[in-house]
Amino acid sequence: MTTYHPNRTRLLNMMTYISMGLVFLSSLMVFAYARPEALQGNAQKIFYIHLGTFFGSFVLFSVAVVGGIQFLRTRNNKWDILGLATIEVGLGFALVNIVTGSIWARPIWNTWWTWDPRLLTVTIMWLTYAAYMMLRSGIEDPERRRRFAAVYSILAFSSVILTVVIIRIRPDTIHPVAGGPSVTSPDASGDFNMSPRVVQTLMFSIFTYIVVSITVAWHRIRLENRAQYIQSRKVELLLNA
Amino acid sequence: MTTPYWRVVAALAWKDLRAEIRGREMVTSMMLFAAISVMIFSFALELDDAAQQESVGGILWVTIAYAGTLGLGRSLAAEKDKGSLDALLAAPVARSALFYGKMIGNLIFTVAVGFLMVFLCTVLFNVNLFVPTLWLVILLGCLGFATTGTLVASMSVHARAREMLLPILLLPVLLPVIISATRASIAIVTELKVEDWLPWIQLLGFVDFVFLLMAFFLFDYIVEE
Amino acid sequence: MIVIEKLTKIFGYYPVLRGIDLSIEKGQFLALLGPNGSGKTTLLRILTGLSKPSGGQITIGGWNIPDEIAAVRQQLGIVSHLTLLYDTLTAEENLMFFARLYNLPQETRAERVAAMLERVGLGKRAKDVVNTFSRGMQQRLAIARALIHDPAILLLDEPYTGLDQDASALLDQLLHDVAGVAEGQRTTIMTTHDLRRAHSLTSHVAILSRGKVGFYGETTAIPADDLPRIYADTLGAAS
Repeated sequence: MTTYHPNRTRLLNMMTYISMGLVFLSSLMVFAYARPEALQGNAQKIFYIHLGTFFGSFVLFSVAVVGGIQFLRTRNNKWDILGLATIEVGLGFALVNIVTGSIWARPIWNTWWTWDPRLLTVTIMWLTYAAYMMLRSGIEDPERRRRFAAVYSILAFSSVILTVVIIRIRPDTIHPVAGGPSVTSPDASGDFNMSPRVVQTLMFSIFTYIVVSITVAWHRIRLENRAQYIQSRKVELLLNA
Repeated sequence: MTTPYWRVVAALAWKDLRAEIRGREMVTSMMLFAAISVMIFSFALELDDAAQQESVGGILWVTIAYAGTLGLGRSLAAEKDKGSLDALLAAPVARSALFYGKMIGNLIFTVAVGFLMVFLCTVLFNVNLFVPTLWLVILLGCLGFATTGTLVASMSVHARAREMLLPILLLPVLLPVIISATRASIAIVTELKVEDWLPWIQLLGFVDFVFLLMAFFLFDYIVEE
Repeated sequence: MIVIEKLTKIFGYYPVLRGIDLSIEKGQFLALLGPNGSGKTTLLRILTGLSKPSGGQITIGGWNIPDEIAAVRQQLGIVSHLTLLYDTLTAEENLMFFARLYNLPQETRAERVAAMLERVGLGKRAKDVVNTFSRGMQQRLAIARALIHDPAILLLDEPYTGLDQDASALLDQLLHDVAGVAEGQRTTIMTTHDLRRAHSLTSHVAILSRGKVGFYGETTAIPADDLPRIYADTLGAAS
């Protein structure tokens, strides 16, 4: 049974407004502050959302691992709900990431899709977490479902690690690397100049989408709590009828 | 009180081998599937000589992964359907010993398919795969496959539509194993320099080690209720 | 021997066991009766350590279940309505495999397996593959499997499911021989729907109803004809 602390509700409401404000501000920065990039022009602007949503999903999937480990240790239902909520919302963010990437690739690489290792691994990451949802719906016993989901959320993180690592170990990717050393950077097509304004805008968007992802996941947790509470009330009423 | 670890592992692996030698159902269907899929690959791709050398590594691992998945489903279903998994769990044995016992059985069957593939590909694609370093890659790749596969299959076996769920759950998690094994195989087959394939073998070994460790800790949580 | 106090088990939001109190002495043969969903199987699975209780206390021979289950496993033998056997192995191989799992000494292992096969009347079929056996033979082999390590406690979950008249009669005789009543040593718990059989085989009867023990008594104190009435009353009283 879940009770709601008024303070937590207030904090969540606050985060929701902050998220909205941040999205507005970052859009302002993207379109007014950061200048169009010399080579890619306005197409490059979608990169801010593209990277931001990737970091959002990355944070959520990482939290899901913590949720999985904690669930196996404590068997407290709330960790399972955390895992479910973060993965579901993470799937949404990863989808935005893939779609925006594809939109960007059309003018820059002249194709919606290319069989590049980075595109491949990020899509497989998405499919792995989609498989997590399939696993959940395939197991009927709720206790076992939670346990298996926790185990799989830990295993599935290997696909996230692979996505992050792949552009640094596969020399044949054409995907630009944002930050960190890479064997490809010098001649990767699609790389762009990082002027200070671009860097600032990029950092701000990443921050924005991380906050947004956490806020949305929190709303999803509340929704799940409500749904499970209603479910338990139903069972109670049926038993006492 | 608890039965020694290695004895449990050996007893389980022995049991699976024994059943397989008698029935030959699993390995036969895995090998037939492997042979058929090689045929289909060669028809579908219509490769010239150079391309054959390039793609044989990929064909090798895709086939091992699919044929192996076929075997895994059966291996775990055999424990579930007559309830013998309960009998194993009720026995005074370490849970992870049960995992490694099953895993070794699956490893042996997958390696068998792997070496059948070496033979088939050598004959059909005219590429010499009788290279000891490639065999090492096959062993390591199959080890990673059997480890992850046994772990995931012991979950999917409890699900509705388990035959459908197993590949969906397994293949994406398996990707690090498949990528490094394929890369190493291609580099060895196309006779590249040592520094071109050694890192992939090292990566493969590392991935195997991580999955073996994860399985050791996670299997307990899968089988308990 | 086995003490169960205030045992509860909740699946999701549904309580299957709602406070079981039961104490079973060494050498007793207890029949667990009750309709489907009354929690019989769940109770046995908890005693085996295959399922975790949600609340309450259980001890077997002084060991806490499930925390100290490892100490008790060597003393547990289980039979269920599934055979728990490997179809593609022979009778002998099946028993040898479980003898290994229970770490029976290597020198006496083969002897013990042969003796158990003889005891359940399968001596001549030792080298035959299990999937050529009839349901009744498989169930007798399943009992041999459960007794291979000579456990102090035998847990039987609906062992008569799917058996015909003759096979059931054979199983009656076998259970009578190996279970607590005849040997006076082994503690046995059996779940069943068959009241008459329960009455003729066992020393004690417990009736589970909606997750609680609705009735408990010595079998000898109940006339065979009264058991169905007691059963109906117990279920009626709880609902």
